[in-house]
Amino acid sequence: MGLQIAFWILAVVSVVAALAVVSLRNIFRAALFLILCFFAIAGIYVTMGADFLAGAQVLIYVGAIGVLIIFAIMLTREGREGSPSGRLRVPALLIALIFLITMVLVVTGTDWGAVTEGSSGPTTSAIAEAIFGEDSGFVLAFEIAAALILAAIIGAIVLVRDK
Amino acid sequence: MAIGLEHFLILSAVLFAIGLYGVLAKRNVVVILMSIEIMLSAVNIAMVAFSRYGQFITGQVFVIFIMVVAAAEAAVGLALIIAIYRRRKTVDADKFDLMKW
Amino acid sequence: MPSELVLAIFLLPFFSFAIISFIIRPFFNHRPLLSWYVTIAAIGTSLVLSIWALIAVSGAPHHVLEMPNYEWVAIGDTVIYVGVTVDALAAAMLIVVTVVSLMVQIYSRGYMKGDGGLCRYFAFMSLFTGSMLGLVLADNLLFLFLFWEGVGLCSYLLIGFWYHKPEAARAAMKAFLVTRLGDFGFLAAILLLYTKTGTFDIGELQNLALAGAIGSTALTWAAIGIFSGAVGKSAQFPLHTWLPDAMEGPTPVSALIHAATMVAAGVYLVARMFPVFVSSTTAITTVAIIGGFTAIFAASMGLVMNDIKRVLAYSTISQLGYMMLGLGAVGVGVSSGAISLEAGLALGVAVGIFHLFTHAFFKSLLFLGAGSVSHATETFDMREMGGLRKAMPWTFIMFVIASLSLAGIWPLAGFWSKEGILAESLHYVPVLFYLAIITVFMTAFYMFRVIFLTFGGEYRGQAHGNHGLHESPLVMLLPMGVLTVLAVVAGFLGVNEFLGGESHSFFGALTHSLAWTSLIWAAGGIFLAYAIYGAKWLSAASLRQRFAPIYTLLSRKYWFDELYERLFLMRFLIDGFFAVLHWFDDHIIDGAVNGIAGGTVAAGSVVRKLETGQLQAYGLAIFIGILVIVAFVFIFN
Repeated sequence: MGLQIAFWILAVVSVVAALAVVSLRNIFRAALFLILCFFAIAGIYVTMGADFLAGAQVLIYVGAIGVLIIFAIMLTREGREGSPSGRLRVPALLIALIFLITMVLVVTGTDWGAVTEGSSGPTTSAIAEAIFGEDSGFVLAFEIAAALILAAIIGAIVLVRDK
Repeated sequence: MAIGLEHFLILSAVLFAIGLYGVLAKRNVVVILMSIEIMLSAVNIAMVAFSRYGQFITGQVFVIFIMVVAAAEAAVGLALIIAIYRRRKTVDADKFDLMKW
Repeated sequence: MPSELVLAIFLLPFFSFAIISFIIRPFFNHRPLLSWYVTIAAIGTSLVLSIWALIAVSGAPHHVLEMPNYEWVAIGDTVIYVGVTVDALAAAMLIVVTVVSLMVQIYSRGYMKGDGGLCRYFAFMSLFTGSMLGLVLADNLLFLFLFWEGVGLCSYLLIGFWYHKPEAARAAMKAFLVTRLGDFGFLAAILLLYTKTGTFDIGELQNLALAGAIGSTALTWAAIGIFSGAVGKSAQFPLHTWLPDAMEGPTPVSALIHAATMVAAGVYLVARMFPVFVSSTTAITTVAIIGGFTAIFAASMGLVMNDIKRVLAYSTISQLGYMMLGLGAVGVGVSSGAISLEAGLALGVAVGIFHLFTHAFFKSLLFLGAGSVSHATETFDMREMGGLRKAMPWTFIMFVIASLSLAGIWPLAGFWSKEGILAESLHYVPVLFYLAIITVFMTAFYMFRVIFLTFGGEYRGQAHGNHGLHESPLVMLLPMGVLTVLAVVAGFLGVNEFLGGESHSFFGALTHSLAWTSLIWAAGGIFLAYAIYGAKWLSAASLRQRFAPIYTLLSRKYWFDELYERLFLMRFLIDGFFAVLHWFDDHIIDGAVNGIAGGTVAAGSVVRKLETGQLQAYGLAIFIGILVIVAFVFIFN
């Protein structure tokens, strides 16, 4: 019961925040709403029992990406422009709506065979088991992800440095 | 009614559609980047939902990797935006048409 | 005689050509006489082999040597064979070609001395001799046509031997193109016969034609087509315009190709295909008429030419007309039933080819004599000659003997062969006989006009300043001597009987009234020439003025060159028909191609408006595509 209320509130908040992001003219406010959206999504993770991921979401998205975006907004401030809509807003709206309807139809039309029993406690160790355990093999992906981050850092530095 | 898999998936679809609209329709590239992050988050929600309702942990593992990639991409993307801004003094996507015929 | 040696007769000159072209010319160009030695060796050997063949044929039954057939190409069910025919006709032609060619090659050593292109010259001479021998020996029309084209090519190459002279280049082109017209008819005829009979073999075609197995319309067209090739090659009316211009080539070339051999190929062709011709009355009558007409037509133009070689060229055309007339006359007799088929076939060939045989010798001798004269005076224009009989006695004597033979004076060779033709034409085509007898008069006249202008009187030219004119060297005189002997005795060698004709006794011929008629006409021609150019009782200049219109008509060659080149070629074809084709090519074909290109560019410039360079538009397009795919999956699942 509580879960349901939580879910609905969080869902509405995240959707409204996302809408705000794409429709507000003031970029800075849009960025703040984005951060709100991320928080709401972290909450949704919690309702699904993914505690580790909720923490990670806050850390990574809000802490890093959100801040990065605000930096970028500050550094690329244009006086009047803000965040206007482009020429393609009507077709984009159409496509987005059609896409949404398609997905909804798919989701409701499929028999997922879902199991609705409760969540199974803290996930951190389970995730750790899955990544580093002997049977499953995500270690390579893990290492590659580390290399990817390194490359991204170097790339970002190279792109932005003064010649 | 009980919250089922479909709810999360529909939430994910809605957020994805909103992000899609933002990517295609907005002119400020930072807003486009923000919309991309929304899309990625929507996908994450779907992943976790499957993981929860399918009773396997692999979905959450994959979400970790998606987050990693999203972060890297955001970093590089924003670096690009700053570099472009320094050059062209604008972040209007309509003005970036060097590939025009 | 082994068949390989028969093949060697025409293959040896080809080898000579190859050796000169690929070994001597590239590596030994500083010693061009090597090519002369090679050529002499090859043609000399061919001559020996030809004599052997001649002996073998005269000993063989029916005067035919059996030679094997080789399978050359098999395409599906059709097989094309090649082989050689050695019969009396071929053997006689072999002798003519090899003897004249060898004499000309020896003569060329003196005449062409110091020329920069000697290797090229002898290479082409060898190639020509090989092709001509191959033409004579071929037993199927396809290979005959191959060598036919080969001699045409060599003619072109040799007429234009001094290619830096524009007149020579133009003359070579003219020769090639005019004969091409005839060759087109020839090829069409070959293909027509092949579609009707399925064979190229000459023997089979002859049998089929005689048996009436080929439809008469097809046969007539085929025969006329073959004859058109002969008309082109033998410079008969109306394709006669190239031969006088072909005199731009070196004189030995004129002697070999345009007097004795290549131009005789047309006559040979008619003789070879004689059974086909007699099976169609229209065709054989055409042969006779064109032959007879050409004889007098060309002779009339020879009366007024100032260039020795031009006179000889028209004389050649005229004599070739005689040969055609001979063949045609007998053929008309056969097809009208006046003479039996078997006798007629043999007689016709004999009459025509006998004259070819004798004519080859005295005409080539006349050309070599003209070359000898030009060697001393450095010109061919008779107005700048005169009095050469003192400086060049040998040339003079031989030239006179050859002219007498050409005029048909007893007992020289030309008399016997010309008698044959006059007799048969009187018998079967009397109208043409009258033309022929007038031509006898003209022939004698123009030849002796040449003699009196060149050798008689006093020297009018400017060559050689102080040290005077001299006789030609021995290397040039000896071949002329050999030909002189042949021009005298060729009538007694039994060639006529060998080819199937009737024999004549030496003095008995003088008992026929026809013989006296022709001798009187000939003598009259000689006398008139003497009157005008020798003793000068009549003035040539005043005659020219009196008959000015006729003189203009003749000296302008009946304006045929103008007709062909200015009117037909320029106005009708180039400005008319070809201009239409040109327009078609420019506007429609190029228009289509350019149109496609332009259309593509236009379509491209429309489509490229899609490339806005704006990523969001591209992204939108991608997503639309995804939704379309999803829709497809939905619909078809």
